Amino acid sequence: MTATVPHLDSPARPPQRGGAGRPGRTSILTSPFLGKYASVLITVALLVAMFSVGAGRYDNFASPQVVLNLFVDNAFLIVLAVGMTFVILTGGIDLSVGSVVALSTMIAASLLQTGWPAPVVIVLVIAAATVLGLLVGLMIHYFDVQPFIATLAAMFLARGLCYLISLKSIAITDPLFTELAQARIQLAPRISITPAALIAVAIVVLAALVLKYTRFGRTVYAIGGNEQSARLMGLPVVRTKVLVYTVSGLCSGIAGILFSFYTLSGYSLTGIGLELDAIAAVVIGGTLLTGGTGFVLGSLLGVLVLGLIQTVISFEGTLSSWWTKIVIGGLLLIFILIQRLLTRRSRTSSR
Amino acid sequence: MTGLVHRRLFWPTALLVALLALNIIAEPGFASVRLQDGHLFGSIIDVLRNGSPTLLVALGMTLVIATRGIDLSVGAVVAISGSIACTIIAGSPDPGSIGVVAVAILTAVAVALVLGGVNGTLVSIVGVQPIVATLILMTAGRGIAMLITEGQIISVSSPAYQVIGGGFFLLLPVSVLIAAVIFAGTALLTRKTALGMLIESVGINPEASRLAGVRSRSIMMTVYVFSAVCAAVAGLMISSNVTAADANNAGLFIELDAILAVVIGGTSLAGGRFSLIGTLLGALVIQMLTTTVYSVGIAPELTLIFKALVVVAVCLLQSPALSRRLARPRRLTPLTKEVVS
Amino acid sequence: MTTTSPLVEMRDIEIGFPGVKALDGVSFRLFPGEIHSLMGENGAGKSTLIKALTGVYGIDAGTITVLGEQTTFTGPADSQAAGISTVYQEVNLVTNLSVAENLLLGHEPRSGGRIDWSAMSSKARAILQGLNLDIDPRSTLGTHSIAVQQLVAIGRAVDLDCRVLVLDEPTSSLDADEVEELFRVMRDLRAQGVAILFVSHFLDQVYEVSDRLTVLRNGALVGEHLVSDLPKGDLIRLMIGRELDTLDALDDAVDASAPPRSTTAQPVLTVVGVGRRNTLEETDLELFEGEVVGLAGLLGSGRTELARLIYGADRSDTGDVRVSRQDRSVSHPRGALTSKIAFSSEDRKHEGIIDDLSVRDNIALAVQAGRGWMRPIPRAELDALAADYIERLNIRPPDPDALIRNLSGGNQQKVLLARWLATSPEILILDEPTRGIDIGAKTEIQKLVTTLANDGMSVVFISAELEEVLRISHRVVVMKDRRKIAEMPNRDLTVDDVLDVIAAGGVS
Repeated sequence: MTATVPHLDSPARPPQRGGAGRPGRTSILTSPFLGKYASVLITVALLVAMFSVGAGRYDNFASPQVVLNLFVDNAFLIVLAVGMTFVILTGGIDLSVGSVVALSTMIAASLLQTGWPAPVVIVLVIAAATVLGLLVGLMIHYFDVQPFIATLAAMFLARGLCYLISLKSIAITDPLFTELAQARIQLAPRISITPAALIAVAIVVLAALVLKYTRFGRTVYAIGGNEQSARLMGLPVVRTKVLVYTVSGLCSGIAGILFSFYTLSGYSLTGIGLELDAIAAVVIGGTLLTGGTGFVLGSLLGVLVLGLIQTVISFEGTLSSWWTKIVIGGLLLIFILIQRLLTRRSRTSSR
Repeated sequence: MTGLVHRRLFWPTALLVALLALNIIAEPGFASVRLQDGHLFGSIIDVLRNGSPTLLVALGMTLVIATRGIDLSVGAVVAISGSIACTIIAGSPDPGSIGVVAVAILTAVAVALVLGGVNGTLVSIVGVQPIVATLILMTAGRGIAMLITEGQIISVSSPAYQVIGGGFFLLLPVSVLIAAVIFAGTALLTRKTALGMLIESVGINPEASRLAGVRSRSIMMTVYVFSAVCAAVAGLMISSNVTAADANNAGLFIELDAILAVVIGGTSLAGGRFSLIGTLLGALVIQMLTTTVYSVGIAPELTLIFKALVVVAVCLLQSPALSRRLARPRRLTPLTKEVVS
Repeated sequence: MTTTSPLVEMRDIEIGFPGVKALDGVSFRLFPGEIHSLMGENGAGKSTLIKALTGVYGIDAGTITVLGEQTTFTGPADSQAAGISTVYQEVNLVTNLSVAENLLLGHEPRSGGRIDWSAMSSKARAILQGLNLDIDPRSTLGTHSIAVQQLVAIGRAVDLDCRVLVLDEPTSSLDADEVEELFRVMRDLRAQGVAILFVSHFLDQVYEVSDRLTVLRNGALVGEHLVSDLPKGDLIRLMIGRELDTLDALDDAVDASAPPRSTTAQPVLTVVGVGRRNTLEETDLELFEGEVVGLAGLLGSGRTELARLIYGADRSDTGDVRVSRQDRSVSHPRGALTSKIAFSSEDRKHEGIIDDLSVRDNIALAVQAGRGWMRPIPRAELDALAADYIERLNIRPPDPDALIRNLSGGNQQKVLLARWLATSPEILILDEPTRGIDIGAKTEIQKLVTTLANDGMSVVFISAELEEVLRISHRVVVMKDRRKIAEMPNRDLTVDDVLDVIAAGGVS
C-alpha cells in the first residue's frame, strides 16, 4: 500500500557535498584541459607581465642573469614552497618551516664551530628536521590536533631551541660550506648559477614526479579532495598524512642548509615570517588552501613572482623596504580576486 | 551547550591554577597585593595588566574563529593603531592635551574600523578564505605602519596618552579596566542577545543559516570589524605603555598568542560553539607562562619551548581522540558522526 | 539461491553506543550468487550492521565468519582484504581525481616502481565498457553526474574482485534508465557468484531485483525470508510492526479533504516569468490558499531550481515573485520569510541542520533570525515553542537540549519542519521532505501537510515518489528539462497519466 513506485524520477539536484557544482554555475576550472592548469597559466601570465613592465622600465633588467638570480637568491624559498605544497595539498598547513630553517642554520653553525665535518653536519641537520616533521605529523594524525596548532607549537619549539643554542649569530667558516657558497657554475659567458639553485630545481622536478607517478603522490591529492572517501577507498591515508609533514620537515632542513650557504651564518632570529612567504608563494602558484588542487610547478612560479617583486623594488632603488611588504600584499590581493572571479564558487570551506 | 563547554574549561582552569601554584612556590610574595599611592601593586596585577592587550585581541579572535574564520592581521592592526596615535600626538603642538589624545585615539579606532571592514568584505562578500584575506593585511599592514612612522620609532611625551597603558583608575590599572569593560560588554552582547547563537549558527553551517534568514554577511562583517577594533585598542595600550610606536615590533606574534588563548580556552578552530570565559582563561594562561618563566628562574631563551610544550600538552588533553583512546580502546573510531542508523 | 554454505555469516552481533543499543543479538547470512536485501526503518540497525560487516565499527559481542573462517575486522582495509566491497549512498570517491584513478588507485598498474598511466587508462576503459559507461577515463570525476559517479564506485568495487558487494541506497539519485543499468550490472555479478547486499527503501526495487531479504526492527532480527515467500504487505508489517490501517486511513484522509478553492479566489503567490540562465526557463505559477501543489518531474527537470528561485535562495535573472496580500516582491530568504514564505531544502545535512546546536535552537533559528539579534526570544517562550513542536510532530527523543546531530534522519526532518512552521508561514515549500526516512515518519509528514493545507496554508510539495505527490496534491505541475510543461488538477490522476505527459512533453 505504501509501496513506492519504481523509482522513475529523481531529485532534481542530487545531494552534493560542499555545495559546489550546482547546475548553472560555470567554472573555468572544470573545462577539460584548460581547467586543470588554469591557475598555473594565470601565474605564468602574471610573471610575464611583471617582467615586461620591469624590462620596459629599467636598463639591464631584461637579461638572463636577472632571471637566473631569481633562482639563486630564492633557492631556499623554492624548496620550502615545495614542502609546503605537499602539506597544503592535503588541506593542512605548516607554520613551522621558517623556524626550522633557522634551527637548521643554528645547528649547522654550532656543530661546524665545534669541528664536526661538514658532510656529517649536513646529513644530521636534514635528519633532525625530518624527524621533527615526523613528530608533528604523528601528533596531527593520532591526536587529532589541528595542523595550524600543531605546527604552531613546532614553530615555537624550533625557535626556542634556536635561542637555546645561541642568541648571537655564529659565523660559518667551514671550507666546504664557503666553497659551495661562493661556487658558481658557468652556463655561458656572464651567465652563471649556484649549486643551491640547481639543487632547488632538482627538488622541484623530483617532487613533481612523485606527485604524478607514485601512489603516495596521488593519495596526497585524494586526501585534499575528500579524506574520508580516500580512507574508505582503502588508500594509505594515515601513512600519507604523516609523510607529508615529514616531507615538509625534510624540505625545511634542506632549505636551512641552502640558506646557510647563502648567509654563511647561523642566527636564531632569521626566517621569521618565512613560512608566510612560502604560503603566499603556494597560493600565488594556484594551489587552493582547501587542498586537492595545485602543482609544485605553480609554487615555483609563485616564488619567482615574489622574487621578481624584490628585484623590481631593488631596481627602482628609491623605494623603502617597507614598500615591498605593501606591494606583496597588494599583489596577493589582486591575485586572489582574479582567482575568485574565475572560479566563482559561492561557498568556500574552512581555512 | 553548557555540558560541552564545562568539560573543556577544566583543563585551562587546572593549568592556570598549576601555574599560579608554581609561581607562589617560587616566589612566596607572588600572590600578595599591596596598596600604594592609592593603587594596587603586585605580581598578579602585573600579570593582569600585561595580559590585557592579549586578552582583547583574543576576544575579537574568538568571535572570528567562531564564524569559521581567522584573523591573522591583528598584529599589523596593533602596529598601525599605535603608529597613527603616536604620529598624531607627536605632530601636534600640545601633545599633552586631552583633546589631541582623544583625536589620536578616535582616528586609530576609525582606521581599524575600515581595515576590519576590508577583511570582512573580502571574506563575506568576495568569498575569499579568511586565512588568505587576513594574510594580505598582515603582510601589507606592517609596511603601512612603517610608512606612517617613516621607519622611525616615534616617541611621545604625553601624560594623558600614557594613562591608557600605564595609568591607574580607582585601584586598578586602566588597561585592566578597559579590558574588563570590553569583555563584559562582549559577554553581555553575545549571550544576552541572540548574537552569540547566530554567530555559532553561521560558524557551524553558513548555508543553512542563510536559508533560515540569518544575515550571515553582516554577522561576518561585524566580527572582523570587532576584531580589528579590539586589536586597535590593544595597540593603543601597548604603545601607550612604552609611550612610543614601534611599527616593526609592536604586537609581534600577538596573533599567535591570541589564537592559542582561544584554542586553550576550548573554542574549536573549526568554528561554531565558542566560550568567552575560556578565552579569558586562555589569555591568562598565556600571560602566566611568560611570567612563570621569569619567576621560576627558567632561562628566558626557554620561554618559547616552555610555551610550546604547554600548548601541546593542553591540545592533547583536550583532544577528543585522546579521550576516545583512553575510554574504550577496543572501540573502533566510527568514521561517520551518526550514532544510529 | 544455492544450498552451499554461506559466504558471510554474522552471529548474535551486539553493538552498543552510549545510551543506545544499536544491534541486539542479530544474525545474518549471505550466500554466494544471490542478491540479498536488508530491510528496516531508520533506527532499525541496518546501517550499523553494514558498518560492522565492512569493518567501520567494531562489535561488542558475536562472531563474523567469512568463508568458514572466523575473522575480526580492525578497519575497512581488513574487510576489503576479505573481499567485501562497499558502495555508500554518499558516493565515497574523490571528485578532484580522474575517473581512472578513482577506479584503480590503490591497485593501479605500475611499471618500474611508478604508475603506468597509459596502462591505467586502458584498464579503466575496459571496466567502463563493462558498465556501459561512455566517458573518458582521464576526465575529472567531479564533472560527471552522481549517477555516473555511483557506477564508477561500483566499477571500483567490482575490479577489486570482491566476493561481497554491499550497495547502500544506490538508487536514491538515479532515474529509471540508470536504475535498470544498475540492476543489469548486479545480475551479471550475481551470475558470477558474487553475493550482493542491497539496501534500499524503495520496496518495488527490492522486489524486482532481490532473491532473499532480512528484516531488522529496533536493533533486533525479525526474520529472514525468500522474496517470493513474502508479500509486500507482510513485509511492511514486519518492518513497522503495526497495522496498515494507519496507512489506509491516510489515503482516506486525503481523499476526504476539502476540494480546492473556488476559481474566483485571489492567488496568495504569483510567480511570473521567473528564470535563471542555465538553470530554469521562464516559468509562471500561481498558488492559492489551502491547496497543495505537487511538482512532478524527472531528474534534472528543474523542480528544486524553481522552488529555490521562488524562495530567493538563488537569485533569478528574470521575472518576479510576488506575495499578493502584501504586494511585495521576494528575492532573498530573509525577505521571503518576512513575507511568510518558508522553504525546506532537500539537502538537510548541508542546508538544513545546524548540527552542533540543540533541537531547541534549531527550531527557533528562523524565528530568531527574523527578530534580529538584538531581540532574543525570552527563555520561557523558547521552551514553550520547542515543547509545542516536539509534541505536535512527535519528535523523538523528546529532549529539547539534545544535539540535533544525534537524532535519526526522520526526526531531524521533523525538527526542520518545526523550524519553518514556527515562522507561521502562509506558503510552505517542501523539497523532498520524506527522502531517506522511514515509513512511519513519512506518513506522519504526509498527514501533517494535508492538515496544514486544510487549515489554509499553501503548500508546494516536491518528491521523487510520484505516488506520494499524487496522494496529497490538489494540483500537479509537471516539469521537464527545466521548464514547466503542464499543469493539471489532481482528479483521479495516476502515475501513468503523469508519465505520459512527461513523455509527450505536454498535455495533448
